[in-house]
Amino acid sequence: MADVNITIDSKPVRAPGGTLLIEACKKAGIEVPSFCYYPNLSLQGACRMCLVKIEKMPKLQTACTTMITEGMTVTTDSPEIHQARKGMVELLLGNHPLDCPVCDAGGECELQDMTFSYGAAESKFIDIKNHRDEQQWSPVVYFDRPRCILCYRCVRICGEGMDVWALGVENRGVNSIIAPNRQDHLECEECGMCIDICPVGALTSGAYRYKTRPWEMKHVDTTCTHCADGCKTTLGVRRAPAGMEIVRGDNRDKSGINGDFLCIKGRYAFDFAHHQQRIKQPLIRKNARLTPASWEEALDLVGKRFAQVRDQEGGTRIGVIGSNRTTNEENYLLQKFARLVLKTNNVDHHRTADFPAFAAALAGRGDRTATMREVYHASAILLIGNDPTNRHPLLAWQIRNNVRLHRSRLYVINSEPIKLRRQASFFAQPPAGSEARAVEFLAGEEGAADALATSSTPAQRWRDLREKLRSEQNLIIIFGSEIRGRDLEKLVKFGSTLAQAKFVCLSDYANSRGAADMGLYPDLLPGYLPLNQGTKFRDDWGELPAATGLDLGEMIGIANEGGLRALYVVGSNPLGRLPIDPFLLSKTFIVVQDMFPTETAAIADVVLPAANAYEKSGTFTNTCGDLQLVRKAGEITGTKPDFEIIVRLASAAGFDIRKLVPFGKRGTHADMGQSRGAQAGEADRHAVWLEAHGLEPKLSPFDPMAILDEIERLVPGYEVSRSNLLAGNDQHTTVEGPGMWHDPALIIPARDDLFTSGTLGRYSRLLNSVIEHRQGVPAGEVVAG
Amino acid sequence: MKFSPQFEQRFEEMVSHYPTRRSVLVPTLLYAQDETGYLSDEVIRELAERLELTELEVRNVISYYSMLTTRPRGKYHVQVCTNIACLLRGGEEIFEHCRQTLGIGGGETTSDGLFSLAEVECIGACSWAPAVQVNYDFHENLTREEMDKILGHYKKKGTQ
Repeated sequence: MADVNITIDSKPVRAPGGTLLIEACKKAGIEVPSFCYYPNLSLQGACRMCLVKIEKMPKLQTACTTMITEGMTVTTDSPEIHQARKGMVELLLGNHPLDCPVCDAGGECELQDMTFSYGAAESKFIDIKNHRDEQQWSPVVYFDRPRCILCYRCVRICGEGMDVWALGVENRGVNSIIAPNRQDHLECEECGMCIDICPVGALTSGAYRYKTRPWEMKHVDTTCTHCADGCKTTLGVRRAPAGMEIVRGDNRDKSGINGDFLCIKGRYAFDFAHHQQRIKQPLIRKNARLTPASWEEALDLVGKRFAQVRDQEGGTRIGVIGSNRTTNEENYLLQKFARLVLKTNNVDHHRTADFPAFAAALAGRGDRTATMREVYHASAILLIGNDPTNRHPLLAWQIRNNVRLHRSRLYVINSEPIKLRRQASFFAQPPAGSEARAVEFLAGEEGAADALATSSTPAQRWRDLREKLRSEQNLIIIFGSEIRGRDLEKLVKFGSTLAQAKFVCLSDYANSRGAADMGLYPDLLPGYLPLNQGTKFRDDWGELPAATGLDLGEMIGIANEGGLRALYVVGSNPLGRLPIDPFLLSKTFIVVQDMFPTETAAIADVVLPAANAYEKSGTFTNTCGDLQLVRKAGEITGTKPDFEIIVRLASAAGFDIRKLVPFGKRGTHADMGQSRGAQAGEADRHAVWLEAHGLEPKLSPFDPMAILDEIERLVPGYEVSRSNLLAGNDQHTTVEGPGMWHDPALIIPARDDLFTSGTLGRYSRLLNSVIEHRQGVPAGEVVAG
Repeated sequence: MKFSPQFEQRFEEMVSHYPTRRSVLVPTLLYAQDETGYLSDEVIRELAERLELTELEVRNVISYYSMLTTRPRGKYHVQVCTNIACLLRGGEEIFEHCRQTLGIGGGETTSDGLFSLAEVECIGACSWAPAVQVNYDFHENLTREEMDKILGHYKKKGTQ
């Protein structure tokens, strides 16, 4: 709508007609208080806190439901308004318990803030307050009825935002209460959005309640370590006997790509860090038993052994398996370590999406990749395969709310009736497992229409779908791992015929995209550059092994014949996640770098205790290619970041680490960061400060920023704004390299759902308690032994 | 869940009156309750499915209206108004009298299942206060004696 001119508190304000007055005030820098109003949710008009005076209108009006019109003159604060708001606060406090000293929300409570602003602390009520005991609705959600001020934010976010509709309002008037969908408990996605949005402490979380006071925590913005969507999560950390303990996860300033959103994993599943089975000391197999050892002994043993195999039998006898959950810097460093120090191209990881094929199909048109933010604004979206509600909760949120708020058109092709079909303007259901066939049809293979026809989607409907898609401008095509190899090429080809179409290739873990981008492949260097096109890297690093290495399956394949003398597994549990017979590895010297005694660690010769992504710094690339900072929040004494371990191993193998990590190139040699056992994020803060003063921040060989420099310099598509990145913003990277066509069978999806998260999930008490709550049976949590 | 053919016929017709299916919920609940006596979990599940609502939404609506119930009531549901007009004309005494006579409190049902008693807000019969509503029938200008007659009448009717 056209802009209109209004006056707020004698200040002229210009905003589009139809804007809500409360938003126009916000725009003008004037805060109008409210409990029930929440941006992007339906209007409620329940709390009466946003009352303002509008000229020529009788009585005070609610700013949250009034749309601005030309010439409107508004007063947002006057003795009359102040008195009205104070009266509302007083009424709310009528039955509100004054248990602020023990309430989780104490210090972060909007009702406290309002009472402070309007001073209605004195109650005229003399009746006994209507008390009800708190209720547990699920392992995650607790409800304290007397604290509720009936703003209905929780009801709306659950229904409108999440499309779960698990909360409602029972009874009426003064007896109204928020009610869960299963009468005395909740059956929902356990996202915790209702708790996050609650202005008071009526809804509290099982993970955080009564644990700490908000002001006792330090808050660290970082990137979630679970799925591949890359939500920004703010971890509340507190000093603990063995380092720093994470006590809360939320999305405090809502500045991330996820805005308001976090799912159960991002919000609550950080407790794996404190699982009793966490390894806190290096272990060396002595007399067939894994025995605690010192870091010096373990690093020395591994470094020397790796060097020995390399020198006596050649690097081709060593294998390296990287991680989907370590940072870009660590992944980059790991493959550099393999190629330079171990002299082998036997580098791989658990592949969950065919990014090399994506790169090959895009053939350099990296600008055709969509960001996570764009998914929320696109005018149309085509989703093929996958079930984002379960595997990509943020992506599902973006799609759902784009449809709800921007009337975007959603086309879904899925052989399962996934939940997002409820938002779809067109849902096409091919026979089981034939999503790839649907792509062939889209790409022009007419014969496929009959093969795709099902009772719900006959052949003609498939033709209609293709016609509709062809007419879409700015379509974002999102596809799961059902689409690989040459099918992926066909899809990209189809999309390239559409105006401005962009793509999102879905992978499964927090940094699966980063692992692929950073070249954890036996035949690809970082940036999807084939080995024979790595001049850039050779110029920088020196000579590299030329022969194509072995992939994960091939490494295991030759191990039993004695072909693989040593295997270095970093942050991965191939024996637990992939169908591999542990006996095949009985002749190999295995080094596992992990947090837990996984199936793979159980057969290792040396286990090095690693820090997880919440305990170190670096960057992650989400499935869309959005690069974000990972910042150190928690800390467990005895563990080390994978970055530091790799550098120390190189050193123990007799390698000049200056050739591995370009630190201190301008002459300053000092350790300002993690190696000193510094507190959370200290290295980063130094880096930010130093950069701001035009100084060189890369002072330590353990500073991931030194490697990020190299990544920016050498990896195509990673030229991003460093200052923006350090400010906590997402920076889009693109897929540029030539890529490669791999055997599609090498892709093995993780098949995690909303409540599982690979190995991490098995060590999260909270996730397991939710699974038990939902199924009524014990989940597969690893118990302390 | 099986309803009578009359219910089904009515339901089909009502659905066509409204632009969205959910709009038909309140009258449907009333008719369903008339047939089954109260809105059981089974009825709630059935209606939620028919109207494409969650069971929670159906429950929320039921809890809003005092004439809808999820618990069995007596065959005759005695609703005594104690709102201002009835109060001034002896509504509370009538309610107290009913409690004594039936031997139950508000919200309770007699052991023979014949009567249940409720104290309700205004039933719109202020001109003839005090007033009582039994199921859908109104009884006005009541005295204790009148009330006894009415209860006797229903008792006779109910035990025949």
